[in-house]
Amino acid sequence: MSRFRALLRTTAVRMSALYLGLFAICAVALVFYVTDLTSNLLTYQTKQVVQDELKVLGNFYRRGGVSMLIGHIDRRSREPGANLYTIAAPNGEILAGNVESLQTGVLEIEGWTERPFSYRRFYQPEGTPGHAALAEVIFLPNGMRVLVGRDLGEPTKFRSMVQRSLAMALGIMVIGALIIWFVIGRGALQRIDRVSQASQKIMAGDLSQRLPVSGSHDEFDRLSEALNAMLGRIDKLNVGLRQVSDNIAHDLKTPLTRLRNRAEAALAGKEDADAYRAAMEEMIEESDQLIRTFNALLMISRVEAGAAVAELSEVDLTQIAHDAEELYEPVAEEAGVRLVTEIGDGIKVTGNRELIGQALTNLIDNAIKYCTDGKGPPEVELRLGREDETVVLSVLDNGPGIPENMRDDVVKRFVRLDESRTKPGTGLGLSLVEAIMGLHGGRLELVNCDRSEQCGLCARMVFDRRS
Amino acid sequence: MKILVIEDDLEAAAYLVKAFNEAGIVTDHASDGDLGYYLATENNYDVMVIDRMLPKRDGLSIVSELREKSIDTPVLILSALGQVDDRVTGLRAGGDDYLPKPYSFSELLARVEVLGRRKGMRDNDTVYRVGDLELDRLAHEVHRAGQKINLQPREFRLLEYLMKHAGQVVTRTMLLENVWDYHFDPQTNVIDVHISRLRSKIEKGFDKALLRTVRGAGYILKADG
Repeated sequence: MSRFRALLRTTAVRMSALYLGLFAICAVALVFYVTDLTSNLLTYQTKQVVQDELKVLGNFYRRGGVSMLIGHIDRRSREPGANLYTIAAPNGEILAGNVESLQTGVLEIEGWTERPFSYRRFYQPEGTPGHAALAEVIFLPNGMRVLVGRDLGEPTKFRSMVQRSLAMALGIMVIGALIIWFVIGRGALQRIDRVSQASQKIMAGDLSQRLPVSGSHDEFDRLSEALNAMLGRIDKLNVGLRQVSDNIAHDLKTPLTRLRNRAEAALAGKEDADAYRAAMEEMIEESDQLIRTFNALLMISRVEAGAAVAELSEVDLTQIAHDAEELYEPVAEEAGVRLVTEIGDGIKVTGNRELIGQALTNLIDNAIKYCTDGKGPPEVELRLGREDETVVLSVLDNGPGIPENMRDDVVKRFVRLDESRTKPGTGLGLSLVEAIMGLHGGRLELVNCDRSEQCGLCARMVFDRRS
Repeated sequence: MKILVIEDDLEAAAYLVKAFNEAGIVTDHASDGDLGYYLATENNYDVMVIDRMLPKRDGLSIVSELREKSIDTPVLILSALGQVDDRVTGLRAGGDDYLPKPYSFSELLARVEVLGRRKGMRDNDTVYRVGDLELDRLAHEVHRAGQKINLQPREFRLLEYLMKHAGQVVTRTMLLENVWDYHFDPQTNVIDVHISRLRSKIEKGFDKALLRTVRGAGYILKADG
């Protein structure tokens, strides 16, 4: 019973009930209109026939008087399918014609009978109901009355036939609608039940569940597919989040442990103000590194959330590149790295100077850090130029590069090639660059360096040249 | 120097008050926006440190109301949000400096002292002098003991900033912000390299060191030792 009630509540059932109702009203209206139109037409035809007949009779009357009229009427009365003819005396007594009796009062008023009247023909078997007819009555100058009329049997039959078929059609429609309700409504209900079962499981925490797709590509399937895509994305984000929090826990535990050990070692050592001081300073540096890591993490999530989108404006990439060169030139020199540049003039993009600058310095930082591990004299090149529909800001080095199968991984948070963690760094640099490029509608590409014989890494920040 | 700290986190506030007092700065504390606004209008402070999110009245509206009343006390805004655009709204509301949490106290102290401007040069000085070091802001020339020192444009700006705040600790982020106009923290100590270059130019061949590193904080330019 509750299932039936649920069925009644489904949209399909409600909609079909509504449609059925509207359709029935339209059908009834249409039928009434058609029957009305038809019977009017038939009535008109009847009147036409009667008037023609009267004209003919009038001719006879004018030519030969009453006797000729009666003779003609007599003749016409015997023809098969004849109209109704009556000639009556002024007192109403029927003198000639093919009508045995008429509804009283019909002959009293000249002109068209206002509504159908009943009559009996000659030889009509006893007990059968009288016929209905429309007629015109004419008073002759001597007081005799002539009636010419036509039986209404056909229009009446037609009307009742239409009404019967209408009733039947409506009946079939209701039954059909009930069946369709049941089938469609039940089908829809079952699918919705399946969907809600699946979502119950998902809500219970099983994000691998997906909503059922029947394969019929209907709107239910489309909805399920859209929701499934959404679930897939949520699942991916969730997994990413879990990975990140695992990584954070791991990567932050190490420096925290180191911090704690330092404090412990200082306490256990000899009570000397200078030693304490040195230990404290080391600890401060250690905590600064931790804070730096947190800042980088926050920065990445902020950039990924797109919060800085509003701050985009036209920025001078050429200037940013020169600034970065200027900022890093002494650093490179100190590290024994040759920094060369090839910076195109007047290149501008829509972006955030601060973020692009940060991304670029991250790349240069990495390049300087790792190019000393390669063969040959360490060299870093900073390039800025237009390429087809894009603007590319790239940092090339002749370090060991990144193995192709690792390139997708290194942009993930806390993933570092340098497993031993001997080089300083948070393992967040490339993640931030990628997030920043995402915010700018561009991308970060890590490819093999195309510079002559060395085979280092080429990190390309690719901007679209729209706007 | 006397400052006001408006901070609703009582533990953090207690630490700040203690640390500022130890650094020789008299510190008043307000734990909510209304009290903070009242103290700020009733007393004369050299600097105010205002947390952005406060009960009763938020930090930014305190700052803009103070500015409307023509109270021009330098304000440093503290925020846990620290976005690029956040900094912009903070400074637009009338803040003079902006420090996102988590910050180190040495960073905050250095910035508060710079805002307090008890030491260092004045804005309208055309020549900065620290000991025998002289920087001419109009001629863009630097001399030490009468001897001309050639500096790159950026090195000049770096020295100019250090001299402007001579006797005060300036942090690496302050230098990056004011000399390079970048508000992020580069991974390697880029600033240190620039400083050591500058140091070699202004100190090589002279007896006295002027530019010293303060561990865990930043740098200080001083004449006396």
